[in-house]
Amino acid sequence: MSFNATRPTLLAAPGVAWLVAFMVVPCLLVLSYAFFQRGVWGGVEYTFTLENFARVADPLYAKIFLNSARIALTATVVAILIAYPAAYAISRAPRMSQPILLFFAVLPFWSNYLIRTYAWIVLLNREGLINNLLRTLGYTGEPLSMLYTESAVITGLVYNYLPFVILAIYSTLSRLNPELMEASRDLGAGPVRTFLRVTLPLTLPGVAAGGVFVFVLSIGNFVTPALLGGGRFQMVGNLVYDQFLTANDWPFGAALGAALIVTMIVLLLLQARATAHASGERKGEVER
Amino acid sequence: MSAALSSKLPGRIVLVLVFGFLYLPIAVLVLLSFNDSGLPTSWSGFSTRWYGALLANTYILRAAWNTLIVAVFATVISTVLGTLLALGMETRRRKSNGLEALAFAPMVIPDIVLAVALLTFFSRLGLTMGLHTIIISHVIFDLAFVCSVVRARLKHFDFSIVEASRDLGASGWTTFWRVTFPVLLPSIVAGALLAFTLSVDEFIIAFFTAGAGRSSITLPMQIYSMIRFGITPEVNALATIVMGVSATALLISQWLNRERQVP
Repeated sequence: MSFNATRPTLLAAPGVAWLVAFMVVPCLLVLSYAFFQRGVWGGVEYTFTLENFARVADPLYAKIFLNSARIALTATVVAILIAYPAAYAISRAPRMSQPILLFFAVLPFWSNYLIRTYAWIVLLNREGLINNLLRTLGYTGEPLSMLYTESAVITGLVYNYLPFVILAIYSTLSRLNPELMEASRDLGAGPVRTFLRVTLPLTLPGVAAGGVFVFVLSIGNFVTPALLGGGRFQMVGNLVYDQFLTANDWPFGAALGAALIVTMIVLLLLQARATAHASGERKGEVER
Repeated sequence: MSAALSSKLPGRIVLVLVFGFLYLPIAVLVLLSFNDSGLPTSWSGFSTRWYGALLANTYILRAAWNTLIVAVFATVISTVLGTLLALGMETRRRKSNGLEALAFAPMVIPDIVLAVALLTFFSRLGLTMGLHTIIISHVIFDLAFVCSVVRARLKHFDFSIVEASRDLGASGWTTFWRVTFPVLLPSIVAGALLAFTLSVDEFIIAFFTAGAGRSSITLPMQIYSMIRFGITPEVNALATIVMGVSATALLISQWLNRERQVP
């Protein structure tokens, strides 16, 4: 029946059309801008050039790129170090309570990003809650300047993306066959060795998925550096923002955006390979 | 008994610490919003005056109205398109990698990239930007999330009941409304609620596609401009309301989705 064969296509068509028209085409358009020159009065002059990409590699901008990569990487590592024990503890909780714990771990992630960031301004500023608490406890020195520091930016990033990392790691932990760990224990490995040699390697795909997510969203972030860094810490996201909204150099902004997307795609591909590798290893182990 | 307890204890401690980290900052905000002085320095008594101040602020009311318009339109459009897309993708005979990537991309693409792409696109078309361009933009990621929620339900859907309905003489249309749709409804509503929350909370893309002028400012944009100038007690109250709305929508969404996990 030809009707049944074409129906899935017809059903998918409106959604696909929307995504192509308003996501794929705009992304390609902005990418194409990266190959043109900036007009004298802003805007775009349609003369082909690779200058914008050369500028991305310019030491001034490369430094910002590397610096934000460093901040993003720190946030990623910290988030994984907190999320792993959390996900592990959830996976060890009674079966009935696991979905509830997981839901409440992820709930903040769906709520307003700005508000969650703002909460840290309230906590960290000089007249903020933490400084107040210290004073109540008898601290008499100068109030600590915790806001507008790199640590504040990292804290904000970790706080905002932690729920997703917990979710990603939990999903690999919960699929783990407990017999593998038992086998390792029966063969004489201690809990630490069992964790390092069995549990951890098998859950690396989840760690990688969560990590890539935090890294990509952190490096492209402009809200957290602007609010918690006080504009003193530029991330790639801030740079893109500036090119489009203040410097009015859209072609350069487009090149920066392209660099961001390429970084993301490379990391996602690496993650996919790591996942494939890990599942291949698992298969091999079972066959042996 | 004591061995079991001691093996559970570290896990409990981790959970308490992590949930404390996740929820304390939010709890502080909510508490502060009821503080009469509005300052974090001291508690000067319970008061709802900051909520009253919100209602008197016409900018905030305007922004709230705009947010509602955007979220409602974006939710309706994305729920229809996302559900149809999910049905299309799950009834295909062969999985298409291109289609999978297309439906997955809106969920992972950095929002700043999508935001500048849309700004470029709309201004290239010479479109006047406003609430309508925010709606168009929000539908992109909303529909991807609706699609993924509905697809998760469809994966457990027994298509033989569709065949049974057809064999018994029902038309394709009747079968859809009488068989498929009722089964899918909880997940469609769950997806719609998720889309609504995402749209209410979305800031970056709205910021880039709202165009110039105050007329199409949404709540997150209003909150951003308020908190850039520091802490004001009204923001605490506004934040509490916004988080309350999102949390409620998400709880309902989750509940609907769980109800049907075991049909």
